Amino acid sequence: MRSIVLYLHMHQPWRLKHYNIFSVDHDHDYWTEKDYYAGTNNERIFKKVADKSYRPMLTLLEKCIKKYDGFKFSLSITGTFLDQAEKWAPDVIETLKRLTKTGKVEIVAETYYHSLAFFYDRTEFEAQVKQHQDRIHKLFGVKSQVFRNTELSYNDDLAKWADEYGFKGILAEGWDKILEWRSPNYVYRPEGCKNIKLLMKNYRLSDDIAFRFSDKHWKEWPLTVEKYMRWVETDTLRGPLINLFMDFETFGENIWEDTGIFKFFEYFVYTWLKDKDNNFMTVSEACDSAEPTAEISMPWTVTWADTERDLTAWLGNSMQHEAMKAAYELKSEILASGDQKLIEDWRRMQTSDHPYYMCTKYFNDGDVHAYFSPYDSPYDAFLYYMNAIRDIRGRLDGVTRRKKK
Amino acid sequence: MKILMLGWELPPHNSGGLGVACLNLSKSLAKMGADIDFVVPYEAQHSLDYMNVLSAVDIDPLIRYGGAYESKEIEVKKFRNENRQQFLSIRDIQHEYCEFIEKYLKEHHPEVVHAHDWLTYEAGIIAKKEFGIPLVAHVHATEFDRGGADGGNPLIHQIEYEGLLWADRIIAVSHATKNIIVEKYGIPPSKIDVAYNGFDAPKNDHYHYDGSSYQYLENLKKKGYTIVSTVGRFTLQKGLFHLMRAAARAISIHPKMVFLFAGDGEQKDQLMHMSADLGIAKNIIFTGFIRGKQLRDIYSISDIFVMSSVSEPFGLTALEAAHHGNAIIVTKQSGVGEVLNSVVRYDYWDEDKLASALVNIAESPALEKSLQTGVSHEYARISWDDVAKKCVDVYNEVRQHKRNRF
Repeated sequence: MRSIVLYLHMHQPWRLKHYNIFSVDHDHDYWTEKDYYAGTNNERIFKKVADKSYRPMLTLLEKCIKKYDGFKFSLSITGTFLDQAEKWAPDVIETLKRLTKTGKVEIVAETYYHSLAFFYDRTEFEAQVKQHQDRIHKLFGVKSQVFRNTELSYNDDLAKWADEYGFKGILAEGWDKILEWRSPNYVYRPEGCKNIKLLMKNYRLSDDIAFRFSDKHWKEWPLTVEKYMRWVETDTLRGPLINLFMDFETFGENIWEDTGIFKFFEYFVYTWLKDKDNNFMTVSEACDSAEPTAEISMPWTVTWADTERDLTAWLGNSMQHEAMKAAYELKSEILASGDQKLIEDWRRMQTSDHPYYMCTKYFNDGDVHAYFSPYDSPYDAFLYYMNAIRDIRGRLDGVTRRKKK
Repeated sequence: MKILMLGWELPPHNSGGLGVACLNLSKSLAKMGADIDFVVPYEAQHSLDYMNVLSAVDIDPLIRYGGAYESKEIEVKKFRNENRQQFLSIRDIQHEYCEFIEKYLKEHHPEVVHAHDWLTYEAGIIAKKEFGIPLVAHVHATEFDRGGADGGNPLIHQIEYEGLLWADRIIAVSHATKNIIVEKYGIPPSKIDVAYNGFDAPKNDHYHYDGSSYQYLENLKKKGYTIVSTVGRFTLQKGLFHLMRAAARAISIHPKMVFLFAGDGEQKDQLMHMSADLGIAKNIIFTGFIRGKQLRDIYSISDIFVMSSVSEPFGLTALEAAHHGNAIIVTKQSGVGEVLNSVVRYDYWDEDKLASALVNIAESPALEKSLQTGVSHEYARISWDDVAKKCVDVYNEVRQHKRNRF
């Protein structure tokens, strides 16, 4: 049996508005940009992406489930995404509920806030994983069993943690430097773990769709289903699992409908399932499908980002480190305050998109357009972030003063 | 290639960036084999071995100061001619400049005439019109930049416009300037090339910061003060009122901040009044017009450099400040912002954002360091040799238009 393990990631951050120093101490709403057309207007962006990607792709996925018996897939949906969807596109939540009820869609676990908490504070990290699991259970009535960390960041410590927490599987980038001669198409075991299994992204076949599909300079453009089928079938000679992991927004937002991406997707599902030897699996099923072929160790952190596959886009310069430090050092006071609104705002500040907007490494390769940001520059992103931190500190002082009285 | 450069000033007889740009560009062009005659409107010895400097007018350079940046009063006779015991206006000087060029062109046959800013465009037009020599107009600033919101001097507009029309090609120092030429003068964008001013970090020039010029500021720094500087003429174009108000807002949040206003100009008294009215006079220091080591010491001592211009075709001082390790804040209306990534950019009227940036840089060593080291990798990327290469490309193109007499 040859299986495609399709896993799509859904996320939207709470972008900070242009929050200047004079807003500190009187305007505590960091997330509502008044200018509807500003790049930081969360509502406008969510509605736009919902129209271009979430709705059409979910409709297509639902259609595939009804039409093609063996079709299944997995989703990870961040808490910040769910909160925004509830406000601005509740029908998307309804569709997600219908999909999970079919039993053919598995929800993957992660941090509620799409944060880097694992690298800063283990208890805060665990609290966010728990918060996410609870939310998923409440909304969809399912318990997530396979874990992925923000930006598919992964290392041996994380695997150990996930193993002890009781997850059945964990997802990571199938990066050559880790795999060496081995293939990503097998189930592995993280080194030193007892039960947990490791699924690794087949980045070549995933990125053929997610990054290269619409690239007219790519020598394989245009990518037809026939050609892609040949590549997938050839790759199954290296192992039975084809792990296609990508952003949900690949479909419709990153790659627009007029490129034929939706038609490609459906025709590929149809073509793949025509062969009785082929099927789709959710991530849990893939974990259950085989015993680990071997142990794999990743002592340092690997992500699915950039050619370096590391965290330097998030934690590569001193501003990013300072911003994260400023947020995390407030933890005990914030949690002790018991102020739910304050805690929520503070946790939204942990979303990894914030430090990402402060990334400066592209200045060196001159590839300014390689990184998406709603701000004019990484320095602006840092200014607004630190101003918001100042305000949070001020609110904290207010809470402490009130308590003393 | 024989080039006739029409200029208005060269260091040390300069009042701003125009002379610096002309000198460096000529030096790089000479390196590439250009044979340059450079015309200035005053009598002075420039002992330069790479080009001939010709004096078009027999006046002392001292009495011509300010000319390159004059807008309103160009016809008022205020330059006293020491030699001839008479008063000259800029128009008189330009007239003599043109006569000189006419005489010169009867004997010499340059392949291209390269004219710098409106002051020399009339002479450039003569070369083009009467002698059929291809004309390249280099725009370091337009009258719209100098005149600010009140629109500028109509006579200068007229001369600028004619020069741009007659020119075979136009070189603008930034896209900001190119846009002004296209939008205000209706010149087709295809006729205009953008060549950013270069910056060649001075090597082995024996400059060494010894902390002696501004001992008071050194002491403040030791007490934890952040030094913010701005350098330029105190005119409308530089947006200094906005900077002053932003300074007051920033100081209200982060009092340990001192602002150096280096330069001089018509707004000086108003700025001093304003600093007192805002209650921040003790945080504002006016240095007067400075140059040489004193100027470089300003860059050395300051932590943050602000270019607050309402309209700035390029803004060489920002690169000089970057070279001395400053964190740079520039308006989006400044051309230099087009070539630097590691800077904070703001709209000249956005005092809140400027104040926010000042406070954040003062309070965050990480941000300050990121800006300072980031920009130090960037400013050196644009060299005068690259600008000269672009000019040679333009020369080669216009040489084919040669000899279309009118």
